[in-house]
Amino acid sequence: MTKMLASLLIGFVFGFLLQKGQVAKRRVIVRQFLLKDFTVMKTMLTAIVVGGVGVYLLKSAGLVTLHVKPLQTGAVIVGGLIFGVGMVVLGYCPGTCVAAAGEGSRDALWGLLGMTAGALLFAEVFSAFQALLKWNDFGPVTLPEMTGIPWWVWFVIAGAGLFALRPAPARGE
Amino acid sequence: MNVLSQRRWPAYAAGAGIGVLSWIAFLALDHPLGVSTGFVRAAALLEGPRAMSLPYLAKLEPLVNFEVMLVVGLLLGAWVSARLSGDRAPALRGRALPALIGGFLLMFGARLANGCTSGHGISGSLQLAVSGWLFFVSIFAAGMAAAFLLYRKEELK
Repeated sequence: MTKMLASLLIGFVFGFLLQKGQVAKRRVIVRQFLLKDFTVMKTMLTAIVVGGVGVYLLKSAGLVTLHVKPLQTGAVIVGGLIFGVGMVVLGYCPGTCVAAAGEGSRDALWGLLGMTAGALLFAEVFSAFQALLKWNDFGPVTLPEMTGIPWWVWFVIAGAGLFALRPAPARGE
Repeated sequence: MNVLSQRRWPAYAAGAGIGVLSWIAFLALDHPLGVSTGFVRAAALLEGPRAMSLPYLAKLEPLVNFEVMLVVGLLLGAWVSARLSGDRAPALRGRALPALIGGFLLMFGARLANGCTSGHGISGSLQLAVSGWLFFVSIFAAGMAAAFLLYRKEELK
């Protein structure tokens, strides 16, 4: 019960931040893919660096365990490509579509309907994708495990990428 | 209170907030932030008992769990934020069919890849999961191609 309430509150703050960050807007998302507005990239990379450094430190302190999704190479690539096209055609990703619905976007409601249909159809045809899901499945592997390069180096690189985006906003913001 | 009624926070502030929220999710839920699995649970509820005969959905029992609550909270949080700042969503015309098709592709792809922008893109990437970064690269490759083909000349509102 506590977990349900905690999750509701975490979701609330997540939705609040997405709306305040202006990423629950079709214009902002599509213009990111046109490389005219880097709000989405900056938001995601900042979340990755701040979140990742904290989570790895908490892990070192023994306070949390990682939950890494398996590297199902074929399914992640094919699913990601379909997702990318869907994200541009709809103008939102799942989280930002829910946030856009909260913000009052009418098109986001149609998006939620399409998302519901996509979820249910996938459940129907799930068994047909077993071969793709198993194709080059390397299990839950992380970049430090795969390369031997320590975790903090990756966040320095991601942070440098974030810094490189800094002078660009004149076109979009 | 003033800051809560601002229309726009810088991307760095919103991103850092989501990062800190990730720590809290790991500590309080022992689970990373994610949206699409919770969404599937809600969709399965709509379909009713028949859904549970499908192997993919049967493993999600019980359907209403903390992941669904996160999606409900997300909707409310965005609503409150927009209300506080008076930020109105633009009225987009002729978007029903593209939104329906796009939403369908989006969630089908998310289920195949086993995650979305939050579960893979943010939560996976921040754990330095190879799957998360591969997903990130895949959506940007396909998304850029689609955007340049479809919307390069459109006046986006």
